[in-house]
Amino acid sequence: MSGVEIPVRVTEIEQATPTIRRFRLARTDGGTLPPFAAGSHVVVLMPADGRTIRNAYSLVDRAEDGSSYRIGVLRTQESRGGSRFMHENVVVGSELRITMPVNLFPLFLPGRRHLLVAGGIGITPIYAMAEALRRTGADYQIHYAVRGEAHGAFITELRERHGDRLRLYRNDRQEILAMSDILPNQPLGTHLYVCGPAGMIEAVLEEGRAAGWPAENLHSERFQAPPSGNPFSVRLARAGITCEVRCDQSLLEALEAAGVDAPFLCRGGACGQCAVDVCEADGELIHNDHYLTPAERAAGKKIMLCVSRLAGRELVLDL
Amino acid sequence: MIEISQFDSRPTCGRLALDPRARTHLVAAEDEGVGAILDIFTGASDARSRAILLYAETGDRGAPRSDSLVGLGWAAFHPAASRSALLADLDGVLDAATMGTRLYAAGSESFVGAVIARAAGFGVVPQSVIAEKRGSLARRVQCVHCKHVAEAVTVSPYRCPGCGQSLLVRDHFSRRLSAFQGVRIDAEMPGDIPPAQELTR
Repeated sequence: MSGVEIPVRVTEIEQATPTIRRFRLARTDGGTLPPFAAGSHVVVLMPADGRTIRNAYSLVDRAEDGSSYRIGVLRTQESRGGSRFMHENVVVGSELRITMPVNLFPLFLPGRRHLLVAGGIGITPIYAMAEALRRTGADYQIHYAVRGEAHGAFITELRERHGDRLRLYRNDRQEILAMSDILPNQPLGTHLYVCGPAGMIEAVLEEGRAAGWPAENLHSERFQAPPSGNPFSVRLARAGITCEVRCDQSLLEALEAAGVDAPFLCRGGACGQCAVDVCEADGELIHNDHYLTPAERAAGKKIMLCVSRLAGRELVLDL
Repeated sequence: MIEISQFDSRPTCGRLALDPRARTHLVAAEDEGVGAILDIFTGASDARSRAILLYAETGDRGAPRSDSLVGLGWAAFHPAASRSALLADLDGVLDAATMGTRLYAAGSESFVGAVIARAAGFGVVPQSVIAEKRGSLARRVQCVHCKHVAEAVTVSPYRCPGCGQSLLVRDHFSRRLSAFQGVRIDAEMPGDIPPAQELTR
């Protein structure tokens, strides 16, 4: 259900910031990787001890000759294994697999102006979008909030490419990225794209809405790690399979560990690909996605395997 | 009944409703469309004071007179004698407008489509335009063969004023042209032209 997987080899690792590493991935067979539209991500499949870890990462860029992609990986404090694996186990020469690029965060190209807003690791898709806009001669600005100049690798490249279209906000200098400075007096037809920590995304979107911006002009992407919770049991009504979901495992990961080829794309609660019909739930559905509508959540007929779970005994799914 | 087409690309729109968060309301209406505008703005003097109204009165359908709209306290009122004059005014207003402006359109389907297409040229997302269809069911139709655009087509098939062919009016709607597509109805059986039927939706 994950579609085509591409075997890749890590050809270069760069410590871009104290917490972010950039990895260059080339096909193991030396072939060309498919072009992608700015904002796309791939899922990286990591061969950890006894399990496959799958994390979505935005694509930073593709080599001119198509031979490699770059991704940026933040080492998170509360890593569930993926970012730690990338930082500790992956070396130049390591072999991984990736899925085909998928774009859930596309540019709206007819926009009259584009405001790209990034915080921390959120720069990875924004980097690709800025490059696409630069190449087409579009009107754009980059607003990038970082802890300090030590977040240097991206900053240097962005400055080189985008000059004064880049506005930097350094936390260590008490420079605040204030939407109240950015939102006013933008021409009608301006589009805003935000990627970064969840709290930042929500705040930016809410300020945009409060300033009377239509929802259609406010774009965001947020991949969420599946929250842990109490263990529960899941039964697949059609396949006749029952398995346990551990507290540190997502529903999707438990099904995959049981050999089930369950549907997924982003694995972060954003795309809706893994939404599955619920037959019965002996307990309460804990919806952690940001895809289902409030009405769909209330109806309790669907659950997204990647981030949501059951607080209760057994969940029966139409799979 | 002639089968119009297998699919429907016709944009749907519901009723107008004020966007309470909009800083400026930019409102375009033609003929009977002004009724929909008055429905939402009549009791909202504060909203009127932040509304730019463009109104085209093309004449013959007994729509309210521009004179009756003038004194209602709009931030700006641009009366126009034709749709093309209104659209030319709209270009100027769109060009100067800032984010926080919500666009509304009310009138016939071809008018609403024309306003949306015009705004799309300024980066406005068609789905973000709050629109309501009022008035005639007549369609604006482009002949796919000679590209002549016929305004106010009420029957299918109709005779294309450009090339004289009998055209079936399809539900295939071009957002760019704000027009339906007309295709030769007797292309496979020349001369086999069914009687014209009123377009009822």
